[in-house]
Amino acid sequence: MNLELFIPELSLGIFALAVILLDLFIKRKGYLVVVSIIGLVVSAAFTIAMWGGSSQLIFNNMLAVDGFALFFKLLFLGIAALVILSSVDYVSRFSRFQGEYYALVLLSTLGMMLMAAATELISLYVALELASISLYILVGFLKDSRSTEASLKYLLLGAVASAVLLYGMALIFGVSGKTQLLEIAQTVQTLSLEGVLSSPALILGIVLLVAGFGFKMAAVPFHMWVPDVYEGAPTPITAYLSVASKAAGFAIILRVFFSSFGLPEWLSLNWGLVIAVLSAIGMTWGNVAAIPQVNIKRMLGYSSIAQAGYLMVGLAVVGFSPAGNILGQSTVLFFLACYALTNMGAFIAIIAISDKIRSDQISDYAGMGKRSPIVSLGLTLCLISLIGMPPAAGFMAKFYIFSAAVQHDLLWLVVIAVINSAISAYYYLRVVKVMWLNKPASEEKVPSSGTLRVALAISCSGVLLLGIIPGYIMRLAELAARMFT
Amino acid sequence: MLVGLEHYLMLSAILFSIGLYGALAKRNAIVILMSIELMLNAVNIAMVAFSSYIVPELLTGQVFALFIMVVAAAEVAVGLAIIIAIYRHYETIDATRIDLMKW
Repeated sequence: MNLELFIPELSLGIFALAVILLDLFIKRKGYLVVVSIIGLVVSAAFTIAMWGGSSQLIFNNMLAVDGFALFFKLLFLGIAALVILSSVDYVSRFSRFQGEYYALVLLSTLGMMLMAAATELISLYVALELASISLYILVGFLKDSRSTEASLKYLLLGAVASAVLLYGMALIFGVSGKTQLLEIAQTVQTLSLEGVLSSPALILGIVLLVAGFGFKMAAVPFHMWVPDVYEGAPTPITAYLSVASKAAGFAIILRVFFSSFGLPEWLSLNWGLVIAVLSAIGMTWGNVAAIPQVNIKRMLGYSSIAQAGYLMVGLAVVGFSPAGNILGQSTVLFFLACYALTNMGAFIAIIAISDKIRSDQISDYAGMGKRSPIVSLGLTLCLISLIGMPPAAGFMAKFYIFSAAVQHDLLWLVVIAVINSAISAYYYLRVVKVMWLNKPASEEKVPSSGTLRVALAISCSGVLLLGIIPGYIMRLAELAARMFT
Repeated sequence: MLVGLEHYLMLSAILFSIGLYGALAKRNAIVILMSIELMLNAVNIAMVAFSSYIVPELLTGQVFALFIMVVAAAEVAVGLAIIIAIYRHYETIDATRIDLMKW
């Protein structure tokens, strides 16, 4: 047993249970936040301590401890810390179940960490459900009619998606007789195009896997839940869904498709093409549908569908590049890091403003530049980063991912992506215009709490740092992509 | 007639399709949840059939089916709790009338 390689997950699980227990005994619920943050920091410290070690498989090859998994674990832990910091105000108003809220955030982070590490279909499925079921509950946490409606929609569609995913897994298992990804790869490598066409179980299995993972990534055409759930969920959970859940979806699809279906070449070229077409449809639909939105959470929901489209450009590059070339993986990892900081920043600013003015309507943001200048400045920076303009992180992320696509003969996809970025500028900049140029409804200042300001400062400085000196994180992403078992 | 792998797979595919139809077409939230259970059980049949015909020396498929059952039970527990919360707000569990948010 290599239990010491499992310590990040183990410690996080223990802290999650400790939060539930402590909730029963202590009166001042503020301590729960402290305990949760300590849990995340401890887990992150263990993860960092493992960085640079050799790649290993633990628990009978069920989980991998490699650079790729460690990169994602750090990303999820960081996101969860920002989510908890930005939830403090929100949750302190709940009369009951504050401990459960933090514990569920920690548990779903645990599920996502396991998702990034899973190298076997059973562990992958259990990890995915741990993350999803915690999120179903969190989405309905407000218990008003919108929040429960969002929760029901998310649960029903999520359960259908995981049934579809499982059917795909059953077919892959039937073709190969194995559930371990690398063992599946050994069978798949020997298959010929004619053999697969005459008994297409493998193709059907891969298509069903794309559908199941596509739901997690919020990729078109599996995105129907996104706008409703984003609008109804508590805003910190919306942020968490849009960033961590999406990143976890990309982590598993990268690992499964690269490990199991990376060879033979005709197979990887074909799923690469499927992903490229979905990506083109996704970004176009996301951006066009975001334009008429009046609710800012809903608008960012459609925007996150479009961002999933940009990320899938990198996934298509993975399919088009020969095995051993890590350009596709590293650009996806870098894009995810930039996107995580940017979108978290945007949602933290929205929490700060919407929580005080009690409205998510974009028109109610009029004159926020005067009423709450610092938060508005942060939101403006993050929206500029989402468009992909320098000096923000989004620019470097898009630059890397598009240049990787050009190198692999995906010029048509890059042309569509660049046109889409231009379309997206319209609806992002409309929010900026409303905030800075429109007349405010009242002169009253909009105050924000200390924890929110800290969280916003962390994300915004991250966005600026990644935009100006991206080299360090880019090298980290390359290292992570190279250490891939 | 000798019952072979293809018969089990056919049964599994039919059950999965019925479940998918129910999940998409039914209006009562509990019936949708039941349809989803049908889809998961179709997967279980396929898993166990593949396991005993393709790799009879291993129990991977059976173990996978057990995991699916346990997780499905957890999912249904959460699902029913959410449906109760829905009933408190809407006084109906007709999925077509739970439509505060559209487009």
